[in-house]
Amino acid sequence: MLANEIFDRLKTEFGDAILAFDDTQPTDPFIMVQTDKVFDVCYSLRDNDEFQFDYLMCLTGMDLGENVGVVYHLYSMKFKHKVVLKVVAPKADPKVPSVEMLWKTADWHEREAYDLMGVQFEGHRNLIRILCPYDWEGHPLRKDYETPEFYHGMKVSY
Amino acid sequence: MSDKKRLDLEYSQIESDKMRINVGPQHPSTHGVLRLEVEVDGEIVTEVIPHLGYLHRSFEKHCEKMTYPQVMPYIDRLDYISAMNNEWPYVMALEKLMDIKVPEKVDYIRVILAELNRIANHQIAVATFGLDAGAFTPFLFFFRDREYILWILEKMSGARLLYNYFRVGGLAADVYPGFKEDCLNIVKQVRKTNAEVMDLLIYNSIFIKRSANVGILRPDVAINFACSGPVLRGSGVKYDLRKDEPYSIYDRFDFDIPVGKGEVGVVGDCWDRNMVRVQEMEQSCRIIEQAIAQMPMEGDVSALVPKRIKPPKGEVYMRAENPKGDLGFYIVSNGTDKPERLKARGASFVNLSVIPEISKGYMFADLILILGSIDIVLGEVDR
Repeated sequence: MLANEIFDRLKTEFGDAILAFDDTQPTDPFIMVQTDKVFDVCYSLRDNDEFQFDYLMCLTGMDLGENVGVVYHLYSMKFKHKVVLKVVAPKADPKVPSVEMLWKTADWHEREAYDLMGVQFEGHRNLIRILCPYDWEGHPLRKDYETPEFYHGMKVSY
Repeated sequence: MSDKKRLDLEYSQIESDKMRINVGPQHPSTHGVLRLEVEVDGEIVTEVIPHLGYLHRSFEKHCEKMTYPQVMPYIDRLDYISAMNNEWPYVMALEKLMDIKVPEKVDYIRVILAELNRIANHQIAVATFGLDAGAFTPFLFFFRDREYILWILEKMSGARLLYNYFRVGGLAADVYPGFKEDCLNIVKQVRKTNAEVMDLLIYNSIFIKRSANVGILRPDVAINFACSGPVLRGSGVKYDLRKDEPYSIYDRFDFDIPVGKGEVGVVGDCWDRNMVRVQEMEQSCRIIEQAIAQMPMEGDVSALVPKRIKPPKGEVYMRAENPKGDLGFYIVSNGTDKPERLKARGASFVNLSVIPEISKGYMFADLILILGSIDIVLGEVDR
């Protein structure tokens, strides 16, 4: 199934929660989804017989200036089709529903996005840091992150 | 719950009859600086908590500060066992973004080098897996052969492990005289060693007793965890990007996708995953032979390499079948010569996340074996 057909199906099912469709990209076109509906959309994409997106290829946290974004790359092992979903959340309140219940692989991907980009995944059962030390402060992959001069009171040399 | 509270809770859960053992980060059987916190009930593993990040070197943050060609050496260091394969999806992503069609000769050289590197990677994987199970001799056989492969790669690129050889639109250097003969000799040698190792290790009854029926990964669990590469194929799922989504020129070659069949145990056990790697070496040999026969010798490999790499605004996700699984690069370009965001989806990172699921209920010594059968490299896990 092509991405624009998937977009049409989702539009009839979810209405206003599906915000926009962009096929100007050199590879995969993407679908913008309303942030608080992303779990329902993903649930439908995974379990609907027409879609069967059972394979989450990649989950990326993005810094978009005012907002943080999350990009989902989905793939279906049976139909071999792909779709890209995108959501945004304001940096002041970066809450995005977790899809860890749907794809177990999202567990570590979401922990990474939380660790490095500071996206708060609501409903994740174990949202702790994964790459940085557990007591690290700040989210290093944000564009406005400043490298700390001290770590545990010790001066960091460069 | 804050991070700190979670840590306290972790240690307060210790019960009187269970014990928590720390494996790593400096331990030979963790294949790098991986730390596993293991809860055991006697000799039975009841819980495994991986703690990552000991090799975290801010790869993605560094990439945002560097131009596209400068990123290349860092990409070598993701999966440092098979650096040729790593570079491929990255240059493919940029070629897609910049709409460059590479010459045919470049494609053939890339295929040959990537498959050679795949063999070298699987040799390490099978050798160290045997080492985890207590078999030392195959390790020496494989490392001897691997050195011959690394000689070819060194002659091509000038480096033994970290090549920095692929370029957007081409390659850094052309093949040397006698390249084809060297490749055909190595293919012969790989087949000879594999036949020896089949008797010595794979069908050895001690090895079968040790690794069959251990660490069973069901296919639906493997897909849900987005496992890829030999880990997924060992569970019986016939999925290989070279066949399912042929990139470059892989559609021109005739080869099979080996999958786990549960020959001596259950489908998806450690033995199956290991067997898939041994069979894949043979398939790589077949691809190399066909590519050598078809490869054109004339043409310039670096003619189309742009002077300045400045992709247009846009984003691309490109993945390729690496020895360890799918390596994907998500590149967001803002129109300058530096990436806005570059995310590496490492196969080892994703495959490792299945460890807590499949190692519960086995003996502690089997945990080491299961970890060995996943074939991780910490450079890609921690990035």
